[in-house]
Amino acid sequence: MEAVKKNPLSMQIDPALFEPATEDEKQQQEVMSESVTFFRDGMRKLMKNPLAVGSIIVLILIIITIIFAPLVVPYSYSGIAKVNGRRDRTNKNLSAFQYSQVEQEYIDQGGKVFPHIMGTDSLGRDYFIRVVYGARVSLTVGLFASILVLIIGVIYGSIAGYAGGRTDLIMMRIVDIIYSLPDMLIIILLSVVIKSSLGEDASQNFVLKTFGANMVSIFIVFGLLYWVGMARLVRGQILTIKNNEYILAARAIGAKPAHIIRKHIIPNCISVIIITTALQIPSAIFTESFLSFVGMGVEAPMPSLGSLANTARQGLQSYPDKLIYPAVLIVLIVLAFNLLGDGLRDAFDPKLRR
Amino acid sequence: MENTNGKKPPLLEVRNLHTAFKTDKGEVRAVNGVSYVLEEGHSLGIVGESGSGKSVSAYSIMQILDSNGHITEGQILFKGEDITHYSQKQMQEFRGKHCAMIFQDPMTSLNPVYTVGNQITEAIRIHSDKSKEEAKANAIKMLEMVGINDAERRMKQYPHELSGGMRQRVMIAMALVMEPSILIADEPTTALDVTIQAQILELMLDLQKKLNMAIIIVTHDLGVIAQMSDEIVVMYGGRICERGTAEDIFYNPCHEYTKGLLRSIPSTSNMKKKLVPIAGTPINLLNMPKGCAFCSRCDSAMKICLTQVPDELRIDKTHLASCWMNVKNGTYMKEEA
Amino acid sequence: MGRYVFKRILLALVSIFIICLITFFAMNAIPGGPFNSEKALSAATKAALEARYNLDKPVHIQFILYMRNLLHGDFGVSLKTGREISTTLSSCFKVSARLGLTAAVFAIIFGIILGALAALFRNRWPDRIIVFFTTLFTAMPSFVFATLLLLVFCIELKVLPVFDASSRSYILPVIALMAYPMAYVTRLTKTSMLDALNQDYVRTARAKGVPMVSVIFKHALRNALIPVITYVGPMLAYILTGSLVVENIFTIGGLGQQFVKAISNRDYPLIMATTIFLAVVMVICNLLSDIAYKIVDPRITLD
Repeated sequence: MEAVKKNPLSMQIDPALFEPATEDEKQQQEVMSESVTFFRDGMRKLMKNPLAVGSIIVLILIIITIIFAPLVVPYSYSGIAKVNGRRDRTNKNLSAFQYSQVEQEYIDQGGKVFPHIMGTDSLGRDYFIRVVYGARVSLTVGLFASILVLIIGVIYGSIAGYAGGRTDLIMMRIVDIIYSLPDMLIIILLSVVIKSSLGEDASQNFVLKTFGANMVSIFIVFGLLYWVGMARLVRGQILTIKNNEYILAARAIGAKPAHIIRKHIIPNCISVIIITTALQIPSAIFTESFLSFVGMGVEAPMPSLGSLANTARQGLQSYPDKLIYPAVLIVLIVLAFNLLGDGLRDAFDPKLRR
Repeated sequence: MENTNGKKPPLLEVRNLHTAFKTDKGEVRAVNGVSYVLEEGHSLGIVGESGSGKSVSAYSIMQILDSNGHITEGQILFKGEDITHYSQKQMQEFRGKHCAMIFQDPMTSLNPVYTVGNQITEAIRIHSDKSKEEAKANAIKMLEMVGINDAERRMKQYPHELSGGMRQRVMIAMALVMEPSILIADEPTTALDVTIQAQILELMLDLQKKLNMAIIIVTHDLGVIAQMSDEIVVMYGGRICERGTAEDIFYNPCHEYTKGLLRSIPSTSNMKKKLVPIAGTPINLLNMPKGCAFCSRCDSAMKICLTQVPDELRIDKTHLASCWMNVKNGTYMKEEA
Repeated sequence: MGRYVFKRILLALVSIFIICLITFFAMNAIPGGPFNSEKALSAATKAALEARYNLDKPVHIQFILYMRNLLHGDFGVSLKTGREISTTLSSCFKVSARLGLTAAVFAIIFGIILGALAALFRNRWPDRIIVFFTTLFTAMPSFVFATLLLLVFCIELKVLPVFDASSRSYILPVIALMAYPMAYVTRLTKTSMLDALNQDYVRTARAKGVPMVSVIFKHALRNALIPVITYVGPMLAYILTGSLVVENIFTIGGLGQQFVKAISNRDYPLIMATTIFLAVVMVICNLLSDIAYKIVDPRITLD
């Protein structure tokens, strides 16, 4: 017992110190870490993540721009930029903030011309507004497709998860098969078919007119194929949660199924669902831009970021900037969603917590 | 402990060990000044609840803490030599050869993608120049020693193909192939069935005698510790609150925490009485109180407990406790100067 | 094991059948037969042609006939060139396979190395650099990356040729194709490596006195690579679809270019054949990677 030090104590220590301590005094010793709700803790973590915060800011900026830019910029995405109501034959392929001859003359005469922030394209259309509309299309597709995936996937997955047994087995076999189909090929195939079969009467159909046959086929294919990942995830979540001891415990004290679903199952898988949805958006944007690039995207005058990049390829040698704008924007949007999704996962996924 | 013959340094001595982990919420001080001595062939039991620093103190000896943890103060002397300053290479030699360790869950502690044989022979081949065949023969011998039948066949099996008890036997065989002088067992029976627990403990005692090794057993299970240890150390909040022989601790607990701990487990002596749990929750290691770590949960806490921690007070020859109650009641021996 | 493989193969066959079904009926849903679009043919010629291609029979009979031909390796004839599609496919596939496999192999090798490095140097500068680039690559569609590469190396710097079938000209397309899968493998390896390094068995290995290098490469990496194997199948599928655009950008005469050309030419038999062919390749890749996964991880009970 070498560890014992020389005892410094003797009996002349103040006896008052040996009075019993009060509860309050004892409680002061107990410095607990403050308890916060799951959501508040998650938000705090998210806000501490500079990449996630940066992504949110970038996305908000982009969304504000694509909403308000068309209101401010006097050009349209489809029409050739005009000067004082007259056609301008000199404004093709302008570079950023450059004015065409006609515009310059008009300015010299005292007229006002809104600058071409990103120049113009080979037809003389304002490129900035086209990129803005392209981003609108990309984001819309991403959002719609993800919502579609969310709805179908969650419903299918939770039915399979709850039902279990034979129903689950059959439903999951179907998922397995769909999962093994090459999605991109089928999207292309369906686009070809829908475009050819619906293309002619597109003008009558409102949905087709707004989005174009290819967009509709993207939605159809997302609705048909892309939900399987979500469905698997939701089912897996529900199965693991269902088998957890705390569900058993809740059941043992007589909690009703509705209560269990509301109190235990939903809070435990909602974060995973939200995160997956957030990560689904960039993947849908990827798919759309890919299709547009192959020439199967939105209908002609309507731009999308992919089709803009594809068009820019032809003049790549002389006007590389026309590629850079949409390319950078795609990367920025996808990057922001990816980082935000990662941030959400780090902040909210209970399984990642230590 | 009569065998301290003065000159020869003890097999292992831990002096004033402090271990801390850096986390994003601040520094977690898991071990705060722990000292103990382990003599050759003896066994030391470290008992405490989760978060008491008992496992961390054991990992500190092996220096296998997570990457954010490190020893901040103190010495660990192996045969008189401080191993806290060992190089990576020296440490690798120390681990496995002189000091081996087994863990709580043998399922996750064995690498799932390698066969049992592969994992045991790896330990042999690292620490000796034995050929593959010699190592294999050695491993089979060891497996037989820990009571595994049909060892040759087991060598080719993967961990998931074995039962829980069998896996822990494999872990023990793997730890002991180099016949280390110290075995650290971190909750070796917690993950096992009760019937298997007894077998594993018996095996460990048996091997201890055969190989003359010292054992440090870390557990929260007082039953295990009573059976296994020559000396028991009770830890709370990263500090040692009481130490002594099994008899001292179980029949004459002198620290309020130990008393509470004993009240909370069933035994033949308190069978008729109601079990009393220790109220409150374990302390927050991020914010260590100035005084006794246990005082917020202690029924007999006094004003002095809030501000000061007593040094270890000698109760008798083998028994020490750091609790002010002993001063109040005068139940300690004043050290002769 | 046998049962699992059998079940998996059965699933693959069902998938292939469904792909054929979808493809065939999708192509049939397109209004107007292949001989309507061209200049007006005489009714007799048209009938003769339709009889020649079995177009006069009911759809389900046509499907059965088509499937039977497929099994014999007969994909029909291209509308545009009139050549046997099977010969076009096999010659184009060689080019695509060479490109794709090179990209896949490099993606896996570099991905694993970078992922392991990132895990080991976690939160230090090598990790940060690797994370920066993998994040960037996963956010960049292959066509954007390919076009940028073309712009920088072929047009601005003029260091590499556009395409001339020499091995040097494969550099850019391979880089363009492998960027995303490599980034993905890197992330995957890093995550599972960090996970593996936190496992109890790594602690056991350290406690045994295993040198750090061996702990990392023998104990952690081997376990960390298991999830990577499951990604190999999807990765090959990604590379195949990616080659649709990359081949076009670099004008490589592979399957991808053929496919896009077929779409713009509305060469339906060729579209159908290419879709089925690519899909079968993808399904087989997935099958193999799933089976490999089961073999590598002994924990999984094979039923």
